[in-house]
Amino acid sequence: MELFKSLIVILLSSVLVNNYVLSRFLGICPFLGVSKKLDQATGMGIAVTAVMLLATAVTWPIQKLLLEKIGLGYMQTIVFILVIAALVQMLELLLKKTSPSLHKGLGVYLPLITTNCAVLGVAINNINDGYDFLQSMVSALGVGLGFLLAMVLFSGLRARIDETNIPKPFRGLAITLIAASFISLAFMGFAGIVDTLFA
Amino acid sequence: MINPMDIVIALGVVAGVALLLGVLLAIVSRCFAVEDDTMVKNVRACLPGVNCGACGYKGCDDYAAAVASGEAKPNLCIPGAAMAAEELSALLGIEVEAPADMVAYVHCNGNCEATFKKANYAGISTCRAASMLYAGPDACRFGCIGLGDCAKACPSEAICMKDGIAHVDTERCLGCGLCQTICPKHIISMVPQETEAVVACSNTEKGADARKVCKNACIGCRKCEKACPYGTITVLNNLAKIDYDKCTGCGACAEVCPTGAIRRVIFPDIPEGVSPEDLVAFPND
Repeated sequence: MELFKSLIVILLSSVLVNNYVLSRFLGICPFLGVSKKLDQATGMGIAVTAVMLLATAVTWPIQKLLLEKIGLGYMQTIVFILVIAALVQMLELLLKKTSPSLHKGLGVYLPLITTNCAVLGVAINNINDGYDFLQSMVSALGVGLGFLLAMVLFSGLRARIDETNIPKPFRGLAITLIAASFISLAFMGFAGIVDTLFA
Repeated sequence: MINPMDIVIALGVVAGVALLLGVLLAIVSRCFAVEDDTMVKNVRACLPGVNCGACGYKGCDDYAAAVASGEAKPNLCIPGAAMAAEELSALLGIEVEAPADMVAYVHCNGNCEATFKKANYAGISTCRAASMLYAGPDACRFGCIGLGDCAKACPSEAICMKDGIAHVDTERCLGCGLCQTICPKHIISMVPQETEAVVACSNTEKGADARKVCKNACIGCRKCEKACPYGTITVLNNLAKIDYDKCTGCGACAEVCPTGAIRRVIFPDIPEGVSPEDLVAFPND
């Protein structure tokens, strides 16, 4: 039961409190770039979630079983970048062969994720937070879902922005950044909720 | 003290990981290779490869894929023009009509002599930025700003800036229409290459007001409308408009125009006094 509770806390805190996009400002590039339409935003969110899970599943063992065993923990950034980039490429090749329809759906987004800092952030933060493998996977899932949530929320907002008559100097990127900062402020309200969830 | 062995070990491990991943990627890409559609390749070979985007697709590769799948018509390639359309129709076994030969024309003749500046603009050197500030630094709020957004966008370096306005070298112009989209004043349009008369003004203000800001402005006097024997010209919002389909190129309109806003041109119309050096100032981005 304790284990279950701790996993729930990790999941919720990474979705809401420590939302990577809105609280930690990682992965802003796809957040601003691909959030124009709901279906694209959802596609990107799901693709990022999948890659985050996969990346964590591979990088956690590499860190614990390889790098830390030979005292090279400090090389994690470089090694993780390498591994994640190769992983995404491999995933793309596999998808292209095995599931062309899924590849077509995610196709545009997969190469974009290769160097997404949110994915690298998850892999490194899981190690820094001292999570075990199961906790790391749950955290990766939470972060991915948090990213998806931010993308979906923001694409809805942008659809509304598009229909509004905005003063000329604020049109385009300016109003987008302002809207993003408001969502970010709103998410700050979640701070402290999860810690007291089971208290 | 750093132990040199540590550096060697770190290097070795990273290199080993990279090598392993490289080999894995190579194996996966070989095992799971998907053959590219040969049709796409053949279609792509017929296209000129300037990636101008005039067809509405992201580039020649994207357009080739769309043509091969039957999604796009094969006559959308403007730079390739009749040649590409012919080759494609032979390849696909269907009849396609070649696109009309269009060239860009800048509807403004407000050169340094004819008009003046109402302000000195010292901001970012693009037309887009300049036009946001009080409709640009020029006295005429419709005219060419002359900072060369179109020239920078042109994939074939066909546009040059001379006397404060843009000129199109129609021999180089591919007709892709990128300049038309990028011009913040919307004064560039695509005209058929056979046409012989063009309106070199975009000012829709009343005659007197237009004249005040530019000597070469169209003042909406309707002389051309009356002079044209084929009913080609209509004056709308104080600005003459030519129906290129009806124009026979007799030149009657240009003769009666008091300000020279209607010009008689024979394409290819290379602007006078333009040397290749003028183009160097605006290299492609």
